[in-house]
Amino acid sequence: MPKSQIALTVNGKPVEALVEPRTLLIHFLREQMNLTGSHIGCDTTHCGACTVDLDGKSVKSCTVFAVQLTGSDIRTIEGMANADGTLHALQEGFREMHGLQCGFCTPGMIMRAYRLLQENPSPTEEEIRFGISGNLCRCTGYQNIVKAIQYAAAKLGGVPLQEAAE
Amino acid sequence: MNDMTPTSAERAEKLQGMGCKRKRVEDIRFIQGKGNYVDDLKLPGMLYGDFTRSPHAHARIKKIDPSKAKAVPGVLAVLTAADLKPLSLHYMPTLAGDVAAVLAEEKVLYQNQEVAFVIAEDRYVAADATDLVEVEYEGLPVVIDPFKAMAKDAPVLREDIKDKTDGAHGSRKHYNHIFAWEMGDKDGTDAAFRKAEVTVKEVISYQRVHPCPLETCQCVASFDKIKGELTIWGTFQAPHVIRTVASLISKIPEHKIHVIAPDIGGGFGNKVGAYPGYICAIVASIVTGRPVKWVEDRIENLSTTAFARDYHMTAEIAATKDGRVTGLRVHTLADHGAFDACADPSKWPAGFFNIVTGSYDFPVAHVSVDGVYSNKAPGGVAYRCSFRVTEAAYCIERVMDIMALKLGLDPAEFRMKNLIRREQFPYTSALGWEYDSGDYHVALKKAMDTVGYAKLRAEQKAKQEAFRRGETRELMGIGVAFFTEIVGAGPSRNCDILGIAMFDSAEIRIHPTGTAIARLGTKSQGQGHETTYAQIIASEIGLPADNITVEEGNTDTAPYGLGTYGSRSTPVSGAATAMAARKIKAKAQMIAAHLLEVHDDDLEWDVDRFRVRGNPERFKTMTELAWAAYNSVPPGMEPGLEAVSYYDPPNMTYPFGAYICVVDVDVDTGVTKVRRFYALDDCGTRINPMIIEGQIHGGLTEAFGIAMGQEIHYDDEGNVTTASFMDYFLPTAVETPKWETDWTTTPSPHHPIGAKGVGESPNVGGVPCFANAVNDAFKFLGSTHIAMPHDNWRTWMAADKLGLHG
Repeated sequence: MPKSQIALTVNGKPVEALVEPRTLLIHFLREQMNLTGSHIGCDTTHCGACTVDLDGKSVKSCTVFAVQLTGSDIRTIEGMANADGTLHALQEGFREMHGLQCGFCTPGMIMRAYRLLQENPSPTEEEIRFGISGNLCRCTGYQNIVKAIQYAAAKLGGVPLQEAAE
Repeated sequence: MNDMTPTSAERAEKLQGMGCKRKRVEDIRFIQGKGNYVDDLKLPGMLYGDFTRSPHAHARIKKIDPSKAKAVPGVLAVLTAADLKPLSLHYMPTLAGDVAAVLAEEKVLYQNQEVAFVIAEDRYVAADATDLVEVEYEGLPVVIDPFKAMAKDAPVLREDIKDKTDGAHGSRKHYNHIFAWEMGDKDGTDAAFRKAEVTVKEVISYQRVHPCPLETCQCVASFDKIKGELTIWGTFQAPHVIRTVASLISKIPEHKIHVIAPDIGGGFGNKVGAYPGYICAIVASIVTGRPVKWVEDRIENLSTTAFARDYHMTAEIAATKDGRVTGLRVHTLADHGAFDACADPSKWPAGFFNIVTGSYDFPVAHVSVDGVYSNKAPGGVAYRCSFRVTEAAYCIERVMDIMALKLGLDPAEFRMKNLIRREQFPYTSALGWEYDSGDYHVALKKAMDTVGYAKLRAEQKAKQEAFRRGETRELMGIGVAFFTEIVGAGPSRNCDILGIAMFDSAEIRIHPTGTAIARLGTKSQGQGHETTYAQIIASEIGLPADNITVEEGNTDTAPYGLGTYGSRSTPVSGAATAMAARKIKAKAQMIAAHLLEVHDDDLEWDVDRFRVRGNPERFKTMTELAWAAYNSVPPGMEPGLEAVSYYDPPNMTYPFGAYICVVDVDVDTGVTKVRRFYALDDCGTRINPMIIEGQIHGGLTEAFGIAMGQEIHYDDEGNVTTASFMDYFLPTAVETPKWETDWTTTPSPHHPIGAKGVGESPNVGGVPCFANAVNDAFKFLGSTHIAMPHDNWRTWMAADKLGLHG
């Protein structure tokens, strides 16, 4: 199949690549960019394990063609740590509050939460639950994911941190 | 000692041993996207395999023509049964003593069954080519309803065994019959029912569901022709068993097979068995000489690799008028699908279903199970439970409620009357299990007190009166469930898989500088083993948990183990870990005695050191002893400090719990809101309370999914109608309730650290608790039993049947 040239930014770095028109963004990231942090959990855009940030929006990268993305700016879980190598408040929050178990949904969940907190820096519990409802988790029952996002919201907002996971 | 010397308590805290909420070691890689899952693996020259599957549930294969698929650029080969048959690989043995087709030969027996395996340079090309394999079918009548499987004129499903009158578990009554199994005292039970003052009988069906971890089943097989060695990376809950099975099937010597289970994205029973994708990837790698990756998609996962439940239980209780149970009788019809691929210990074709007497003191009981074939996917795995334990718990907890209703007793009061009493432990049940320990009345009372049970019942009564007066259209239901699990399979006297006893193992090596590596035969899929096993070792031998690496999932380095499922890691490998640690500690004691020039018996253990009795300032820390083990051991002692333990448990463990749920049901929409869910779990000694709580949250959420909406549904033609996330219910954060957790602690008397296992309890107790809550809402209107799943539509239908819609 003929390939097309794309030029975009991934995790702050300019990237040029050749892709088939039908190559999905998730496969481009995982197989061409070797960014395997984003995962595939369904094939129907339900589970959110492949969620990345695309031009300031959360997208499920299994439903975006890479060929559409020239000029785009993409951020994945691999681009979440701070420039000095320390963890982002969300990454820290997920660990502190025991917001993950098998870890498979975690990158997508963190990327979704990242955008959620950009849109709403101090969400209520209900807003968090609604905000991550496009991301499925089979392990945690979400309760500690909610706490992890609250932890990050508090830390990013300079509010004293609540107590750790029980 | 001067003031700067840390106290025993301070030193113990630094170890991060058992009982502390140690943060998880695994998280560091997962939160940065640096986990290492199977599909992340990329080997030079790697090929991709994909299946052509049957659109029919039952059909004869007239012809398979792969020529068009083979002609696609990038396709290297297409495997069919004709290619596998000369190698005797078109069928594979199952864990249940049956065989299952790898690629269908003459017939297909369920929708999406594997027919051809396309091997290509690229996963997109492989998928393209699967559509071009031309298969000509002749449709056959299907068996979907298990109650019709043994009809006189039922279609013959398994032609390969239709004339066999004996199966792996005794005689077969019918060509679609797999096995009959029974336990208990039939005559005694019949007599109890004849004498009974009150009896109830109900068909309790537990629908077919699927464990559905977020990561599907997948593998990479790589055969090295020069060395004659096979390496398989895969989503394996039991890597060593996979190695043995792969060796038996492929005839490659077991020492030349390397099985690696990297990080696993959830298992819940789905990843215990061996599936056609694994076999085909291995064959494809042998044929092509290149690594071959197989990754199933979600539809394939939900419709082919395993299922759970599909148990149809006719349950009867006999009781006295004042509410004492006097007998239990259960007959189960078990739908096993097209092949008997249930993942149970060999001698237990219905798993541990004879835990169905539950937490109650039944003087006599009888249980029988008939397994049948149908045109559905094979499997029968324990979806977040020990073998058939959730079926048993759902059955007894529903029918106890039904009996309470008939007796006019409150469900909690009726349970209180019949719970096994503390002084009866160890308790031998009427169906033969020896329950190790329990304090049931305390647990149930604590649960009732915490939720304010009497007040809730008063509120419910007021609401029911308001409903009757037409002032509200909302019903309130209170679900009570008291469950006893049986986990930690299991003792070699009655538990094996393929003839291998179900022990498990741990090997610990202490390095000279006082750090360590532990390797185990289990395999975490999110349970946090890297964190918790290190806590056990830290408490046992006094080295900080942070200085202990835990490694699982590599059959070349780990001692042989049977894997992680049925909540067996803590009861079996956790015990092996403690026992191996104790061997190390015993040797360290001798080294300490030598260095301190005292007798072994003159030493006492103090958190992280041996000290001389009566002279605590003379001591040797474990770190010092680790160094000494490599340079100054007593004369005649071998240097080094390591140990391995293979632990054959003397008994199973029996975690238990009391759950209470409150729901509000809108009778006009069927919408059911979980107002409150309280879970009290007793898993014996608690290793990491944070992880325990996380396990309970997750298990309750899976229970909520099962009870309130999950079903793998087939239409009359055998089409799977729920094989994607569009139709198969997985709760999101919005509908998932908030969980309240609590505990009591009743250690297991036979386990080295008293731990019982916890991961599956919330699923086992949660399902009946939700079901009882929904049923409880309707029972004052004359309803006895509404079947799961309690989705809005079915609940609306139940209300409609009761005439509530005018």
